[in-house]
Amino acid sequence: MSTATAKEFRTIQNIVGPLVFVGGVKGIGYGEIAEIIMADGGIRRGKVLETQEDRALIQVFEGTSNLDPESVRVRFTAKGQEIGLSPDMVGRVFDGFGRLTDGGPAIIPEKYANINGVPMNPYARDFPNEFIQTGISTIDVLNPLVRGQKLPVFSGSGMPHNRMAAQIARQAATKKSGEKFGVVFAAMGITFEESNFFVEDFKRTGALERSVMFINLADDPAIERISIPRLALTAAEYLAYELGMHILVILTDMTNYCEALREISAARKEVPSRRGYPGYLYTDLSTIYERAGRLKGKDGSITQIPILTMPEDDKTHPVPDLTGYITEGQIILGRSFHAEGIYPPVDVLPSLSRLKDKGIGKGKTRADHAGVMNQLYSAYAKGKNCQELAVVLGESALTPLDIRYMEFARRFEAQFITQAEDENREIEDNLDLGWRLLGILPRTELKRIRPEFVEAHYVPAEAGK
Amino acid sequence: MAAERSNGTIVKVSGPLVVARGLSGSRMFEMVKVGELGLFGEIIEIRGDRYSVQVYEETEDIAPGQPVIPTGAPLSAELGPGLLKSIYDGVQRPLDKLMAGYGEFIVRGAAAPALDREKAWTFTPAVQEGEEVSGGDILGTVPETELIVHKVMVPPGISGRVESILAGNFTVEATVAVVVDGEGRRHPLSLLQRWPVRIPRPIASKLPPKRPLLTGQRIIDMLFPVAKGGTACVPGPFGSGKTVVQHQLAKWADADIVIFIGCGERGNEMTDVLLEFPELTDPKTGRPIMERTVLVANTSNMPVAAREASVFTGITMAEYYRDMGYSVALMADSTSRWAEAMREMSGRLEEMPGDEGYPAYLASRLAAFYERAGLAIALGRERRESSVTIIGAVSPAGGDLSEPVTQSTLRVTKVFWGLDDQLAFQRHFPAINWLTSYSLYQDVSDPWYDENIHPNWSRLRRQTMVILKKEADLQELVRLVGMDSLSPRDRLLMETARMVREDFLNQSAFDDIDTFTSLGKQALILDVILHFNREAEARLEHGQALSSLLDLPVMEEIARFKLTPEGEIEERAEALKQGITRALNGAAAKG
Repeated sequence: MSTATAKEFRTIQNIVGPLVFVGGVKGIGYGEIAEIIMADGGIRRGKVLETQEDRALIQVFEGTSNLDPESVRVRFTAKGQEIGLSPDMVGRVFDGFGRLTDGGPAIIPEKYANINGVPMNPYARDFPNEFIQTGISTIDVLNPLVRGQKLPVFSGSGMPHNRMAAQIARQAATKKSGEKFGVVFAAMGITFEESNFFVEDFKRTGALERSVMFINLADDPAIERISIPRLALTAAEYLAYELGMHILVILTDMTNYCEALREISAARKEVPSRRGYPGYLYTDLSTIYERAGRLKGKDGSITQIPILTMPEDDKTHPVPDLTGYITEGQIILGRSFHAEGIYPPVDVLPSLSRLKDKGIGKGKTRADHAGVMNQLYSAYAKGKNCQELAVVLGESALTPLDIRYMEFARRFEAQFITQAEDENREIEDNLDLGWRLLGILPRTELKRIRPEFVEAHYVPAEAGK
Repeated sequence: MAAERSNGTIVKVSGPLVVARGLSGSRMFEMVKVGELGLFGEIIEIRGDRYSVQVYEETEDIAPGQPVIPTGAPLSAELGPGLLKSIYDGVQRPLDKLMAGYGEFIVRGAAAPALDREKAWTFTPAVQEGEEVSGGDILGTVPETELIVHKVMVPPGISGRVESILAGNFTVEATVAVVVDGEGRRHPLSLLQRWPVRIPRPIASKLPPKRPLLTGQRIIDMLFPVAKGGTACVPGPFGSGKTVVQHQLAKWADADIVIFIGCGERGNEMTDVLLEFPELTDPKTGRPIMERTVLVANTSNMPVAAREASVFTGITMAEYYRDMGYSVALMADSTSRWAEAMREMSGRLEEMPGDEGYPAYLASRLAAFYERAGLAIALGRERRESSVTIIGAVSPAGGDLSEPVTQSTLRVTKVFWGLDDQLAFQRHFPAINWLTSYSLYQDVSDPWYDENIHPNWSRLRRQTMVILKKEADLQELVRLVGMDSLSPRDRLLMETARMVREDFLNQSAFDDIDTFTSLGKQALILDVILHFNREAEARLEHGQALSSLLDLPVMEEIARFKLTPEGEIEERAEALKQGITRALNGAAAKG
């Protein structure tokens, strides 16, 4: 064992999955980054997951294939995983260890930061209340997104969540001008085609110039997926709080992230919680999602749109379930809508933005927004109920009012939910569209809107239209 | 006799768990300082020479070989004037001071005392030199906020003669009195005392609850009340409005003191509370409700061990104000996150897991926590009857109530407000399901309401429940055979139930008027709806057609009745009842 480089060891004892146990060590810090130097000079990196007097347990990012306990050396760096930060990061593409992969010139970092971040003091937070217009009706009117919010998209395999996310990234804007926007995009274990879709879309629309991309493809080491969201958020925090930019962070696909976490947990033989995921999945996810927000006295903000695919479209699966408990709402995509060709297939009823009441109303969107939102929701819910009833009992069993509700639900899906992929609807137009649809219903049904707004906006639809 | 304490050396680090050797003399649950940064931790297991420590801060870079220094004291809360209006993390560090001293992010090793050491408080003695006092006796008072007079008590366990006592302005650490006990030992007392958070503060005796906690939330006060000194749990899947219910209770409950624990929840939600509470005024006193509130905020991304401690920190402060004679309401949002923190520590300790990986002692820990609620007679010669009410939110994984935290909680709490995501989808808030929820305090609340609020209260409640229950039965029928097959009477009942749901139970937390409903108004709203039901039913009996009794313009007035300002309510109720009768008569004339 070499003692000249104080913390270099040749004493790997076990290799289990992505984990390496090194013996004969001393004073290794928890969370330190270790470099594993192979016989051919290649270097793999790992992180210390547990440290004892004479033993350290390392999680190897690039995987352990080809590692030979006899010939490799392990060097401990005595610091945690860091990323170099610079304004020049914007427009560039990185891998799961924070290295450039776009072939462009190297970046000279202005500073380094630990990717795990530090929890924000709740007292220092500023409340998210600035409306972001995404141009998508189901989001802007019914589930408004505000700056500093984390609003995930719950999707399923085969649904167009990527197209929708790209549309949001393209169209997202606030009602103010002269602000600096940026997108930080983190891909975890997605396919080349999916990743290419984003890269091409960002290039085509010029969004790439204001984006930072971190990409780990499906065939890259799964373990790197643990670092990717943290790298992305550290970059986002730098851009937001030090350079004053408004950053939209898109994380896709969080289910792949959680699976990587489960893989490590299983290799460590930890007591599993539901479906084999570790008991600390909630805490771990919160250290990612809670990095969205705004700070008092700072210009910038971080808004997160994590995307996850629900296995078997099951909302109670641990990944969507725990995500939903941390994020401020969720946009759920519905398979039946997608099958009917409705884009974006947002399943309106179970979708929710918890911060909706904070970002809307007079001076933000329009005074009647809250009422219209609630009325559209409840009318659509009622319309769907009537449709179900009609299926069971036949339309003849419905009252004339029920039939109007059914008509409302039908037109709501066709005109309000449905829109084109490049259609960027203004919020005022969206609300007017809502009023046109509410015109199908008799005035007395509009109980959730204040009378003065009904007076100002309600126009009954002409019969037969 | 306590042995000499020696410093230890770290032998293992695994996330928030640190194992050290050589800590002989240290005890279970003693606080220690870990590593070169001196991070705070607590001894949670001793196996031979190996002491397991849960660390309240991120342990990155902590390495074997670094020191562990015992402090000699268990994890304790500082108690004294200045708690109110504060916002703390899980181990009682004041977040505003941390921000002032360390910036927007909580860096490791950040420290600040829970109570301001500089601020002087005006102390007025309540006892005289030479008097005999014992634990719980009130030494004097300090005006803590405009709303609350802080009573400085003799700490439990100390008794004797007051040798000296001073009046004037003092900081929390200054000695205001000296008590000499029977053995001649002198105990200098200040405004500040400490109490180990894991041990309940002693009381003289416990009593069964006597009256409901009033909340201004219609479904809670009317149908499922919680008693002062009682326990309630609010389970629900995400998006069903648990947190809004908790916030509403923190804002409007008629407790003297509110302790709100944000345990492993969202940062932005805590910010909402922080920004909103100072703006809100108490309906009774017109003062900002922050003046009676203590916030504990340990958001989900803050260290998990501190989350485990946050619940105990909160309940200890609650007990302290209870001992002064105040009624205290404690909201814990969410106890599931607390249980998960226990699970995480248990896993790291390599304990044998129980259900779903939770430790086998989950149920007993939960029960012990809820048992710290209650109506009590405080220690001290002046009789003080006061209470701690605990309202715990539960976040069942996947909305499945059969999971261990929910089940263990249901066994010890007496009120269940079951939140229902189906109701939330329909934007019916609060989304408390009236068919599955229950309150076991009705035998306490009914007589109290009948006597103090409205003579017919319990009758109104029973009628309402019968209508809602019948509606659910009828709905099954409607689903099978359609609305037309119901008798006119049943259809009228369905209509009344709809009115109860939409015009009474549905309550908007975001509407200035609707957010709080006085009890008198609650009774009147129901009275109006049931008046309609009675009158319409009488006309049905006389053979009038049902269709002529529904869809009357007056029903819109009933729907908007809940938005009537409190001052005009009685007048409007009478007018509306007459309006209903007139409208039904008019319908009869036309029909």
